[in-house]
Amino acid sequence: MPVQVKINGIKMSAEPQETVLQVARRSGVHIPTLCHLESVESTGACRVCLVEMKLGGKTQLTTSCNAGVEDGMEIMTDTPEVQKHRAANLEMMLGRAPGSQKIRALAREYGVYESAYVPSEDPAIPGCILCELCVRVCEALGHSALAAVSRGGKKYIGTPHDKPSESCVGCGACAEKCPTRCIEMTDTKKTRTIWGQTFDFVSCETCGAPVMTVRQRTHAVETKELPEDYYTTCVACKQKNLAGRFARVGS
Amino acid sequence: MAAQPTIDTQRLDAVLGAFEPGDGSALIEALHDVQSEFKYLPEEALDRLADRLGVSKSRVYGVASFYEGFHLEPRGEHICTVCMGTACHVRGAPRLLEHLEREIGIASGQTSEDLTFTLEEVACVGACALGPLVIIDGKYHGNTTTSHLTKVVGKLKKD
Repeated sequence: MPVQVKINGIKMSAEPQETVLQVARRSGVHIPTLCHLESVESTGACRVCLVEMKLGGKTQLTTSCNAGVEDGMEIMTDTPEVQKHRAANLEMMLGRAPGSQKIRALAREYGVYESAYVPSEDPAIPGCILCELCVRVCEALGHSALAAVSRGGKKYIGTPHDKPSESCVGCGACAEKCPTRCIEMTDTKKTRTIWGQTFDFVSCETCGAPVMTVRQRTHAVETKELPEDYYTTCVACKQKNLAGRFARVGS
Repeated sequence: MAAQPTIDTQRLDAVLGAFEPGDGSALIEALHDVQSEFKYLPEEALDRLADRLGVSKSRVYGVASFYEGFHLEPRGEHICTVCMGTACHVRGAPRLLEHLEREIGIASGQTSEDLTFTLEEVACVGACALGPLVIIDGKYHGNTTTSHLTKVVGKLKKD
């Protein structure tokens, strides 16, 4: 049964399994996020999606990405209190990732131009805000090659025993989805280097462009029971081939 | 960092055999059992434990590295723990630690090359009235002095 909520004073109807962020975005209310990705579990790690939530006479700040809606909830997404805390969180993240365009731009929106925070130790991955989105993405793709290792000031993202992981297929999803783009990935025409190992690319049968890594392809073919010759052409060539086939059918 | 010695797989199998295959909820318990068997968590054991419990190797490594109580490096035969709590600190614990570092020849947090000693600090063991306090192989040496420690460690060295 749908529940009734109010977002910034406007009444909204929502499904009980929806999150505050989903309802807000659906209704065109902007809430900034860094570590949120619709397809993986939200953990509220970056804490920039904070909103003020009033329920049963009690008001509290909560991360909207992983807070479920409840009947009678009143949500305010841009109060001075919300702005103050988002700014504080952004300042801390700016200290860890001063080179990240995304964080700098977002921090500027909240009036934060520089950070008083400096990481206590040299971070293993400079620019990493430890939101663990890479870990969640890797797990969702069925590889689970990454983990948050150690804790506190020493915490970092790494592979088991800090050695090249046999579970990693070199898909690069971690680097692609990282909000601060801090994961080092080097591509050449034939190979990709990431997390301490180098993967060979499958080259497109038609044009020779890289399609994906050999190990990623093997993993996909095995787990999704795809035909042996799947993923042997790149997307552009595949589209061209298909377009050609449709043109012939049409003529 | 001492090189990881090869482990007795039969002993490992015996420990892991007690757990239901695929029972991921037993992760911490299994880590404790492996550690009490080998005194630390060998890499190979962590990987085999992951397979047994159906948990990813990265998760096992993440959990094992999170807790202070789990050791990923081989430990010495004799464990010297210096309490660095406030009461022990003001009564000279840093001096005792330095003394032990010199006496054993390793830095705090390290294990000697020949796996005889491990020297470590602890924040507080709650026995403040006995400060300064050093625990050696589970025995509490309260109101201790550098000369007393030299004697105890010297005896262990001979054994």
